Amino acid sequence: MIVLNINGNPEQIEADPHTPLLYVLRDDLKLNAAKFGCGLGQCGACTVLVDHEPVFSCLLPISVLEGRYIRTVEGLGTADKPGPVQRAFIDEQAAQCGYCIAGMVMRAQGLLEHNAAPTEAQIRDYMAPNLCRCGTQMRILRAVRRAAKAMTASLDPIHEASK
Amino acid sequence: MIGRLLAAVVAVIAIGFGAFYAWAWNSEIPPANPSAASFDPGIVAKGAQLAAIGDCAVCHTQTGGKPYAGGFPLTTPFGTIYGPNITPDAQTGIGAWSEAAFRRAMRSGVDRAGNHLYPAFPYDHFTKATDSDLSAIYAFLMTRDPVQQANRPLALSPPLNWRLFAAGWKLLFLTRGVFQPDPKQSPEWNRGAYLVTGLGHCGACHTPRNAFGAENDDHFGGGMGEGWLAPALNANSPAPVPWNADQIYAYLRHGFADQHGFAAGPMQPVVQSLRNVPDGALRAIATYVSTLPGPQDPAEVERRTKAALDFARSRDITVAAKPSAEPATTGSAATRQASSGAAIFAGACASCHHSGGTLPVSRPISLGLSTPVNEPDPTNLIRIVLGGIHPLPGDRGPIMPGFAGALTDQQIASLASYVRSQFSGQSAWPDVAATVSKLRQTPSPPMEAP
Amino acid sequence: MNAPAQVSLTRRLFLATGGAVVVSFAVAPSGAVAQEGAMPAAPGTPPLPGSLKTSPMLDSWIAMDGQGRVTVFTGKAELGQGISTALIQCAAEELDVNVDAITLVTADTERTPNEGYTAGSHSMQDSGTAILNAAAQVRGILIELAATRLNLPANQLHAKSSAVLADDGRSVSYKDLVTGQDFHRPAGPTSPLKDPRTFTVIGKSMPRVDIPGKVTGAPMYVQDMRPDGMLHARVVRPPNYGAKLTQLDTGAIEKMPGVVKVVRDGSFLAVAAQGEFQAIQALHALSADAQWDQTGTLPDPATIYDYVRALPSNDTTILNQGAPGQQGVRALRATYHRPYQSHGSIGPSCAVALYDGGKMTVWTHTQGVYPLRDTLADMLHVPKEQVHCIQVEGSGCYGHNAADDVAADAALIARAIPGRPIRVQWMREDEHGWEPFAPLMISQAAASLDDSGKIVSWQYDVWSNTHNMRPAGPAGNLLAARYLAQPFPEPAPQPIPQPEGGGDRNGIPLYRVPNARVVSHFIPAMPLRVSAMRGLGAYHNVFSIESFIDELADAAKADPVEFRLRHLDDPRARDVIMKVRDEFGWETNAKLPRGRGRGFAFARYKNLAAYCAIALELDVERETGNVTLGRVVTAVDSGQAVNPDGIRNQIEGAIVQSASWSLYEEVTFDRNGITSRDWSSYPILRFPAMPASVDVHIIDRPGERFLGTGEAGQGPMAAAIANAVFSATGARIRDLPLSARRIKTAIGV
Repeated sequence: MIVLNINGNPEQIEADPHTPLLYVLRDDLKLNAAKFGCGLGQCGACTVLVDHEPVFSCLLPISVLEGRYIRTVEGLGTADKPGPVQRAFIDEQAAQCGYCIAGMVMRAQGLLEHNAAPTEAQIRDYMAPNLCRCGTQMRILRAVRRAAKAMTASLDPIHEASK
Repeated sequence: MIGRLLAAVVAVIAIGFGAFYAWAWNSEIPPANPSAASFDPGIVAKGAQLAAIGDCAVCHTQTGGKPYAGGFPLTTPFGTIYGPNITPDAQTGIGAWSEAAFRRAMRSGVDRAGNHLYPAFPYDHFTKATDSDLSAIYAFLMTRDPVQQANRPLALSPPLNWRLFAAGWKLLFLTRGVFQPDPKQSPEWNRGAYLVTGLGHCGACHTPRNAFGAENDDHFGGGMGEGWLAPALNANSPAPVPWNADQIYAYLRHGFADQHGFAAGPMQPVVQSLRNVPDGALRAIATYVSTLPGPQDPAEVERRTKAALDFARSRDITVAAKPSAEPATTGSAATRQASSGAAIFAGACASCHHSGGTLPVSRPISLGLSTPVNEPDPTNLIRIVLGGIHPLPGDRGPIMPGFAGALTDQQIASLASYVRSQFSGQSAWPDVAATVSKLRQTPSPPMEAP
Repeated sequence: MNAPAQVSLTRRLFLATGGAVVVSFAVAPSGAVAQEGAMPAAPGTPPLPGSLKTSPMLDSWIAMDGQGRVTVFTGKAELGQGISTALIQCAAEELDVNVDAITLVTADTERTPNEGYTAGSHSMQDSGTAILNAAAQVRGILIELAATRLNLPANQLHAKSSAVLADDGRSVSYKDLVTGQDFHRPAGPTSPLKDPRTFTVIGKSMPRVDIPGKVTGAPMYVQDMRPDGMLHARVVRPPNYGAKLTQLDTGAIEKMPGVVKVVRDGSFLAVAAQGEFQAIQALHALSADAQWDQTGTLPDPATIYDYVRALPSNDTTILNQGAPGQQGVRALRATYHRPYQSHGSIGPSCAVALYDGGKMTVWTHTQGVYPLRDTLADMLHVPKEQVHCIQVEGSGCYGHNAADDVAADAALIARAIPGRPIRVQWMREDEHGWEPFAPLMISQAAASLDDSGKIVSWQYDVWSNTHNMRPAGPAGNLLAARYLAQPFPEPAPQPIPQPEGGGDRNGIPLYRVPNARVVSHFIPAMPLRVSAMRGLGAYHNVFSIESFIDELADAAKADPVEFRLRHLDDPRARDVIMKVRDEFGWETNAKLPRGRGRGFAFARYKNLAAYCAIALELDVERETGNVTLGRVVTAVDSGQAVNPDGIRNQIEGAIVQSASWSLYEEVTFDRNGITSRDWSSYPILRFPAMPASVDVHIIDRPGERFLGTGEAGQGPMAAAIANAVFSATGARIRDLPLSARRIKTAIGV
């Protein structure tokens, strides 16, 4: 048995240790956000955060994840209380079919945790591993920019206070 | 007496310096301004192919930048050198260079103004190029779109940033002279040898360098390029299946050879550049490179090939085979590491790296045949695991995700050790974890912080 | 259709809340023609608006319970295009209820009207129009009921916020008015529609109802279903189209962890397991074990256009006016090619099926639940009533992808394992390798100009396979059905006739050409599996015609925008073109930096639906042929805009998707089978290659009928890119995709 820290909750997992995280999230923990897109690490639909790094959960066995901080879209907020990145995606209406969107939100979250004020080129480069087929990318880019602004703005008072 | 001796020594040194300085001094070549229209289109087309073989665009283009406008950071043991702008812009590029100035740069490593160029610019190879080929490359470069982009200063620490050092280097290591064909070999072999040792400057990465950064006499004995191992192409090649001309051709033409795998690391842009090179030249290159290991007994080559293929197949794993799930609690540290590596492999790698069945369709070769797995040093394998393999935008080509964010140093070390023991049949690599941690700090290609 | 359509009434109690029993009648003509978006008209019925033609009962569209909750039914499917939100807006507007009070039920063979396929940009025209009119008529009924209750004439009453208000200040809420079957009556031919100038919901951008759930991980998709006892299944597809399963030993596989059953029927092979990863492991093991007889080869890809062009064709002259042979002073001729292209859904197709008590229930992201139901019934040899198809959202499909095929897979496996819900998802390689592709197309355009720079004659020929192999009854359109021990033959392909057209969709130019002939060459033989992809033939025909118009403008030494206006009479067409010209800042012979080009294109989708014009700027890297997209400016006229931001989202999406098709995409194959099987072998546009900006300007036409918009942008975007590449390089590229290699080859050194 393996214990995983998913969205801050310890979860006891009975699956084989070599099972990729994606199937454990979806089947065992009934978390829907991470999606099967290719199983090959080519599309990013399964992206989650592990210790602040966006990773493809379809190619990550749970055996390597004990003691690491795993986050999925479910951990960022809810429809009633969305997190800042989710909020930005809603505000920009940045989804069509939405199958890729949870992965997009997680990669954007990862970007903004590393770099609170990314340039346009940095956003585009960082988001490159994730594919969208509906052509919602222009809105996703707007959402990431909006989230960056919102998160920086919400951080400012803290920065001011710490001065 | 002592004073005279000292004076004599000083005088000798002074004369030596003077002589060296005189030798090293080069005059400025007057500016020229040839119009693009003055070049014969046939010569320009020939120059395009030669420039592709020379891979000029790689070191003279920064990521996302205009081709040939410079800015590419080439990291060397001595510091970082930025490829200069070689578009025909008169101010920032080579627009004012006459053909004579260009030829002097290619042959002697001296720019138009007379400054010595550092040997990161491989004039030790380009010096072998014929006049007509240099003319063609000149014609090609002078008909590019001029781009105004100032050169970045070199990031070398003193005194290496003193350009006369380059002159001293040349005195010691530069052998001038156009390539001389070997009459005992076929014209195709000679054509290949000319391209490989000259414009192609393959040895710049594939030949080991001495303490002064010059290629040593172990030609094609394996070197480094941009932080990657450039495997030996001679008899010391680590490839399990001996390379033959067909496999080399396929590798250079398509970036893939079915007994050796995909091009990765700095070979990816080389293959991309070679797209513009006609088959004949690639075949010639393949013919020459295939003879680098020296004379070989065909029966022995066949035996080694079969043995390597059989061995690789015997070590392939099927995805249905269930690996031992629990880390071994007994045995050596290496065994335990390999065992946890097996579980990582099963979950992270086996979806693609397995044998049998119909999926995945874009299947990589058996890892037992892979050069990075069989090299004496885990650098390339670790680099691939960290950064993955990615085609250029819009290009077809293998995609392997990088695992830098997903796996810890220790996990990558376990995985690499497992891969080594499972697939290569060679002795374990030492200090894998330390190598992982070192390579993680020096990504290649260099990554901008997100 | 000469025989009257049989109308079957399925009465189903589905809502019982708050004490008031609500009954809905789903009125569905059986045997609906499964034609791309087209609906059969039942002879003898009055000309009702939209899909009321085929489902005239008001309560098959709208129900209301004693709490004032409104349920709206649509036979259309949410495909990620945002149709749910727009339909809710239509209902809310005409019913005068808050959008929050509305629940929308999408396509379900036991609950909603049969609206055929959700395709061809028909949803607003068919379902939106029906709901708009039904809602207005229901409001009329509620006002009548209130009139009786309040003993006032109806003209002293008006509806507002789920209530009927009297001029004397009294009011009665909807929930107190509905009693039972008030709406169970046929729609009238006219509806008390509001004056569009008074709209408060329609025409306002409304946040999509599905987006909060999608960005927070709610179970939105069929992929997310996990009913109790569900098993995960995977199908082992053959190595190529013609392969037959010859040998298989399943013993070891059935002992693998979690494996419940291996299902084999002829060459259809699948495995069901407790866990999804276990099913995938078993799939690999099965595929390693299976032996196939691989027969049948594909044509040589190097000469595929010649090969297809030489196949027998059925030719139809779809336009013949004046003297097409008329010669002007300058003649041009050009041939254009479009390769097979892939829908490439990000989520491989998925379905859940349950076979229980002799009834097959299938949760599916099909575009047409009714035609799928009929086709599944044929495959399973059961009456239609024993099959229930419920549409649940999946990954975007952009046309006929593997959605129906995976539903068939799920049904076959469920039949073999009764009582257990079976969830099947395709593997990435199967989605890319087995979906029906967009057909390869060839077109040839010839025209001549007179000395005033006007087009005097026009000849256009287009060669194409069918763009519609959707399931429509016979099981052979479902992939698995062709591989069963008792295989179903693939039905003969049919063209989609004009005016919508299939391969010849948008084959007729909208430009004024006095002497013109357009011939559609329909090729029945299909070397690769093909069907409908977003835009159908319009993508290629608009690419061809709008490229050719630019070539003609160049020959006439005219500005391409002015040249288009010179030949266009339709004021709405002119309006979108002039809007883009002005918003983009189009200048004749603009002085541009080296390597930069500008391109313009226009089309009215199907010559019947939304108008769309696009101008864009791009840079071509001379050394590599790489295209960098700059700003893109577009204007669209969708008639009355219901949800302007929804239109914007669709058009932005069309532009980005078409950029990917047009710059990168081509299905590859060799003699043995399809070789573009994943994103490494079928690359699509990634973030760094996105345009610098995309601006969508909507020309709203309040009161005008809805014009389908979802496919309006693809064709113009392809042509705008090609025209801009010409402007940047002087190289006219007539073959899609405009890959870097192709452009580099055209530019030369």
